[in-house]
Amino acid sequence: MSAHQENINYLKARKGFLNWIVTVDHKRIGLMYLASIIFFFIAGGTYAFLFRMELWSPLQGFMTSDTYNHLFTMHGVIMVFLVVVPGIPGALGNFLLPIQLGAKDLAFPKLNITSLYLYWGGATLALFSLTQGRADSGWTFYAPYSLSQNPAVLWMLTAAFILGFSSILTGLNFIVTIHKMRAPGMTWFRLPLFVWALYATGIMQVFATPVLAITLVLLLVENFLHIGIFDPALGGDPIMMQHFFWFYSHPAVYIIVVPAFGVVSELIATFSRKTIFGYKFIAFSSVAITIIGFLVWGHHMFVAGQSDVAVTIFSFLTFFTAVPSAIKVFNWTTTLYQGSIKLTTPMLYALQFLFNFTIGGLTGIILGILSVDIHLHDTYFVVSHFHYVAMGSTMIAFIGGIYYWWPKMTGKMFNETWGRIGAVLVFIGFNVTFFVQLIMGSQGSPRRYYHYLDQFQIYHQISTVGVVILALGLFTALFNLLISLRTGATAPQNPWGARTLEWTHAATPPVLYNFTETPIVTEGPYDYPVEKV
Amino acid sequence: MAETIVPQEHEVAHHFDDLEQEFQSHRMGMWLFLASEIMMFGALLVGGFILMYRFPGAFAEGRAHLDWRLGTINTFFLLTSGYTMALAAMHGQRGNQSAVRRNLWLSLLFAAGFLVVKFFEYSAKFHHGTLPGKYFTAAGFSDPHAHVFFGFYFVATGLHVLHVLIGMGLMVWCLFVSRKVKFTRAYITPVEMSGLYWALIDLVWFILFPLLYLVG
Amino acid sequence: MNSMETTKTFWLPDQASTFAGRVDWAFDLFLWISTFFFVLVVGLIALFVIKHRRRRPDQMASGQMAHNTMLETTWTVVPLLIVMGLFFIGMRGWWHMRIAPSNSIAIDVVGMKWKWTFNYMQGFSNDTLVVPVHQPVRLRITSTDVIHSFYIPNFRTKVDAVPGRYQALWFEATKTGVFPVLCTQYCGTSHSYMITAVKVVERAEYDTWLSDAASASGGDVAPDAFGATVYSKRGCNACHTVDGSAGIGPTWKGIWDHHVKLADGSTVEVNAAYIKQSVQDPTSQVVEGFPPIMPSYKGILSDREIEAVTAYIQTLK
Ligand code: HEA
Ligand code: HEA
Ligand code: HEC
Ligand code: CUA
Ligand SMILES: [Cu+2]
Repeated sequence: MSAHQENINYLKARKGFLNWIVTVDHKRIGLMYLASIIFFFIAGGTYAFLFRMELWSPLQGFMTSDTYNHLFTMHGVIMVFLVVVPGIPGALGNFLLPIQLGAKDLAFPKLNITSLYLYWGGATLALFSLTQGRADSGWTFYAPYSLSQNPAVLWMLTAAFILGFSSILTGLNFIVTIHKMRAPGMTWFRLPLFVWALYATGIMQVFATPVLAITLVLLLVENFLHIGIFDPALGGDPIMMQHFFWFYSHPAVYIIVVPAFGVVSELIATFSRKTIFGYKFIAFSSVAITIIGFLVWGHHMFVAGQSDVAVTIFSFLTFFTAVPSAIKVFNWTTTLYQGSIKLTTPMLYALQFLFNFTIGGLTGIILGILSVDIHLHDTYFVVSHFHYVAMGSTMIAFIGGIYYWWPKMTGKMFNETWGRIGAVLVFIGFNVTFFVQLIMGSQGSPRRYYHYLDQFQIYHQISTVGVVILALGLFTALFNLLISLRTGATAPQNPWGARTLEWTHAATPPVLYNFTETPIVTEGPYDYPVEKV
Repeated sequence: MAETIVPQEHEVAHHFDDLEQEFQSHRMGMWLFLASEIMMFGALLVGGFILMYRFPGAFAEGRAHLDWRLGTINTFFLLTSGYTMALAAMHGQRGNQSAVRRNLWLSLLFAAGFLVVKFFEYSAKFHHGTLPGKYFTAAGFSDPHAHVFFGFYFVATGLHVLHVLIGMGLMVWCLFVSRKVKFTRAYITPVEMSGLYWALIDLVWFILFPLLYLVG
Repeated sequence: MNSMETTKTFWLPDQASTFAGRVDWAFDLFLWISTFFFVLVVGLIALFVIKHRRRRPDQMASGQMAHNTMLETTWTVVPLLIVMGLFFIGMRGWWHMRIAPSNSIAIDVVGMKWKWTFNYMQGFSNDTLVVPVHQPVRLRITSTDVIHSFYIPNFRTKVDAVPGRYQALWFEATKTGVFPVLCTQYCGTSHSYMITAVKVVERAEYDTWLSDAASASGGDVAPDAFGATVYSKRGCNACHTVDGSAGIGPTWKGIWDHHVKLADGSTVEVNAAYIKQSVQDPTSQVVEGFPPIMPSYKGILSDREIEAVTAYIQTLK
């Protein structure tokens, strides 16, 4: 390749559809993830939109209960396995990690495109399952219900299995890259916090996902061969299946949220021009959460029938994961102190994150209180809790991140006014949708209910109104970005005045191998000057 | 086999600074992958132990139907091939290309031996009907959950055999590479990676073998 | 059933069991703590955003505080103490839920797609749960197909009904009324219709209801036929056969009016009194050659049921 080609913008370096599909360039792979994930986010959101409409009335509306069950299953599976788990690492992580480290690419570019193919493969199977019947097991696939021989469920299981491998390979690739590919001078404590977050996420992906893989394999085998491992009718133990499932899926909730921590750290630092308060704490606590996070899975099973000792220990450990998260919130808040704060669109999302995450986290703590969780388990309170952390925190941070790095990725500036309007609508819509769910949950409205007690109708209706506002906001946000591709002003190299390498050293958009010459790092990622008075 | 092709020096991939960085990255990647595999097999084995605890009778009876001698022969095959893989890596570091190739062939041979024995074991099971779950047709078992043992047996050994096949694929790939690229002290990545992978296969077997054939 | 209400307060449903007070106290306590922290965090954010807003495009931060050991220690220790406190509160409340008082009455609950069945020890079953007020009740819960979950919001209690397992749950209702019982573990098509009611009544009313229900379920059949039902429904058939073949316990065929040899060497005639004693206090008279493993059914089988069994045994010539 000629030197000339190496120095032009990665979007233009090699043209043509085929060159995108077979590329090993981490930036293009990141963009392809981004497009896929937005597609599935809209799909998953559409499912939610439809079943929220159904919930307008307690009785049958425009769908049967089987359809309803199918919709929330598809919603859960798509949102978890195709949107939030691969989300930030796949799209933003892929694009930014090597640039933030000062590297030319990830350690294993071919493995990286393999991850994307696996993602597409899994996604295709998930869609294919639609032609095979209606998957209706819930995203948790609990046995023995999931052993019902429903072919659509089996395809879903296979899809999740394949997506697991995509996730493992991405995590592995990131860890190695962070260890081995840092530019000269890029010490561990000069890493942007986004990188630290991806590092912690990588550990969970590599160590927890294989357990999900084997669980899904065993479920499939049980379905086909009836070996009697999870099926009580054959002497198997359905509770064991739940242990296996949550051994992955609790760490998975941190796989989901930790990258968002990273994004938010970047946004807050940049838009308040402040060094992150307690950098080391934020860096290490992600790793700490990761490790403790492996030991608390049983808090999803307080009423499932584990031993009393196990239940007590799981509750105890759950509280330990909460403390580092709490501290992070205080750190971010304090970072704003004395800053030079600008409420740009990305910053609006970052602040929303803090608002929602505080609610989501505090409701998580209520769920950790043993006696209280007995009452709240499997009610809308839990539904609300995890939407506050998964949608209200993770997806919000993700969208903020997309806005923040959009100029870098595409070379275009978006319209700030419309960006803010979208952000505000999303904030209002989200909270209207999910705050009422806390109330009806604590009053005892169970989740996964197609038909509910009359007394909850008003809450359901408010929630449904909320989602209309939310959808409006999200579409505004999306169109604002898409329109900028045509009409947006050309983005300068560092429109936000940020201090991390992708802004200070890489062109906008970056060149094929990211940098024309390897950067030499001499200062930390958030070394902002102080205003002279 | 005549050495007609002269192996070339390995070329460092474009995004790495030097050979050392590349090698260290590959090694670390492999270790992480192994960690991931260990988590997967670890969970499977935990499941196996729980089943054994729930159905001690089925496990005792099922075990009596496995031939520990065949298991022992297979243990021997795996151990030896693990040893020859290590030799291959060692010779690679000394730059002794033909010794590398010889040892790779030997490893492949022992691995194939393992598969042959497994083939006989499996076909005996098909013959007796000691198959998993609903395909279990064997007569003469008193424990009503005997099929659970064979279910686990086939899942665990099946997954292991799959890994053996992949491992053998890696050996073939190394043989392929060895015709084109010269191994040196600094560059034996393919052989070392495949050797590591093979070590995992050995390790898993060392747990499976006693669990299925011996203990209890 | 749809019009059933659970709620009176804003956050939590009406309290109707002895657990509710403790649970709600913990909930409310943390609700206030949460409110405090939420207002603190959001308030500070709002304050900083307003106070430190960027007034000129090139304005830099007015300070770069990166550490403050005092602050950091405080906000590590305070939440830690709070959550440890919460852990203990939760644990104690939960232990309270785990240990049923010894004077509890026992009722078996079976979940299946998509209904609950309550098997009273008096040998009949019902599809709503009727319990006396101020009386500890112990439920033994299982399922015949997939996992269900037995939830009474007003009692703040819940446990999964797992096939192949029996899970215990107890409560003591503190007020009379009808409260919803919901299934909270997803179980398929009609999961959300798997609703029934728990009816809490005064003691006297309960007693009449119980005897009415018991006689209604066995009253119109002959005692020996009811005895056969008891035999199969109450688990006697796990150990006793009626065809003369050997079981864990002695067969019932042909024992009536005969003499059996006991382990202590004596013999005894099988008559109504002996059967009653064997059922209520099995270890007092152990048949020779059998282990003393039969559980006592004292308080579990009613007199009427024991009489029915006796009548049934008489027919097994
Ligand atoms: C992104 C995902 C995410 C995150 C980050 C979390 C975070 C937490 N979760 Fe959540 N959780 C889910 C996703 C997530 N969860 C999902 C998907 C489910 C349900 C799955 C299903 O059943 O389908 C679930 C369910 C769930 C349960 C089971 C409920 C039930 O089914 O009965 C529990 C119980 O302990 C729990 C607890 C917690 C806790 C303690 C945290 C903590 O990590 C939170 C820590 C954060 C904070 C504490 C906030 C900041 C605090 C302050 C600013 C103030 C000061 C703090 C103190 C005084 C302590 N979660
Ligand atoms: C983890 C991610 C995630 C996300 C993001 C969401 C998002 C939403 N969820 Fe969901 N949800 C789950 C995970 C998630 N959910 C899970 C795991 C379950 C449990 C399933 C089960 O029980 O098995 C669940 C269950 C669940 C229920 C309970 C169903 C029941 O128990 O009966 C409800 C009810 O209201 C609900 C609603 C919603 C709504 C309204 C949204 C909205 O936030 C959706 C908003 C999105 C849109 C309206 C699409 C428009 C999007 C765009 C235009 C893209 C914009 C893009 C850019 C700006 C770049 N969800
Ligand atoms: C766990 C096994 C078991 C169950 C369940 C059980 N029994 Fe028994 N039963 C025994 C054994 C063992 C004996 C003999 C030893 C003894 O007399 O205690 C016995 C003895 C008896 C006898 C005396 C029989 C004789 O031949 O003298 C009667 C009557 C009896 N059981 C009635 C019942 C009834 C009624 C039920 C059900 C409501 C029941 N049993 C349930 C194990 C059981
Ligand atoms: Cu039964 Cu849900
Ligand atoms: Cu969890």
